[in-house]
Amino acid sequence: MKFGVIVFPGSNCDLDSYHLVRDVLNKEVEYIHYSEKSVGRRDVIILPGGFTYGDYLRSGAIARFSPVMNAVAEFADKGGLVLGICNGFQVLTEAGLLPGALCRNHHLQFRCEQVFVRVDNNSLPFTLSASLGKVLEMPVAHGDGSYYAPPELLEEMKANDQIVFRYTDQNGDVTPQANPNGSLENIAGVCNRAGNVVGLMPHPERAGEKVLGSRHGLIIFKSIISYLTGREVVRNV
Amino acid sequence: MQWKAKVEVTLKKAVLDPQGAAVEKSLQALGYDGVSQVRVGKYIELNLEANDREEAAARVEDMSRRLLSNPVIEDYSYVLQEAGL
Repeated sequence: MKFGVIVFPGSNCDLDSYHLVRDVLNKEVEYIHYSEKSVGRRDVIILPGGFTYGDYLRSGAIARFSPVMNAVAEFADKGGLVLGICNGFQVLTEAGLLPGALCRNHHLQFRCEQVFVRVDNNSLPFTLSASLGKVLEMPVAHGDGSYYAPPELLEEMKANDQIVFRYTDQNGDVTPQANPNGSLENIAGVCNRAGNVVGLMPHPERAGEKVLGSRHGLIIFKSIISYLTGREVVRNV
Repeated sequence: MQWKAKVEVTLKKAVLDPQGAAVEKSLQALGYDGVSQVRVGKYIELNLEANDREEAAARVEDMSRRLLSNPVIEDYSYVLQEAGL
């Protein structure tokens, strides 16, 4: 089982993702430079948080034309697992691999704080270890996290169960107070139609050790590992 | 032939514009009564090489759609003129 972490110019959570996979989960992981034309033989690709290209023009708008992004699109097309965290989520929406867009926070502030998100789809490789409605505590750190999708797209996403995480209070209730950035319907994370590409604004890779205040982010990574382990077993039969 | 394109990118009407709202509040605080509907957008200027206006327009359209704007949340418009005019 091999993880790859893309390193764009301006990524700054690449090390956090790498550390979590290698040191906490004891899985194989390598960095993939943005100039690569292939993602190699890997099972999971992580697009980390940061400020690619200084967030110039729009967050993720320039990074999405990096040479490696063609390879990421092909990898996703073949069913490979792709996880976009924060800026990685923005890159995936800009690339059209995920629906919608992330806009400036409605209060115009950069928010760096712990939030709660509810798992609203637990049938994905990224969430299968969570119960439906499970509330996860994770940090957010962003200025452009307000999720938007036009009404007809939103309806389509709901029909396909593509809303994966919503900001909620501690009890799992969707409230305006629990929404840190003005996201439409408190949406914190979504998936593509096939369910093999997920993006979210909160940072699960920064919620994987007790010293960081929460270990809830591990549920996402453990889901991925369970999914891939199951697949390996099936493959070996 | 050198052309100059002036591209304007604006948030679609349905998309909330928190920057515009903040500017509007500030203008009202400065005493500019009756100011409303403030929207903040982007202005991008560029020169490009093309044989004729049609070709220049097609290229500006293409770059506006692919990079300069995000069609999910933004609209764009542009004016094209011969560079140096």
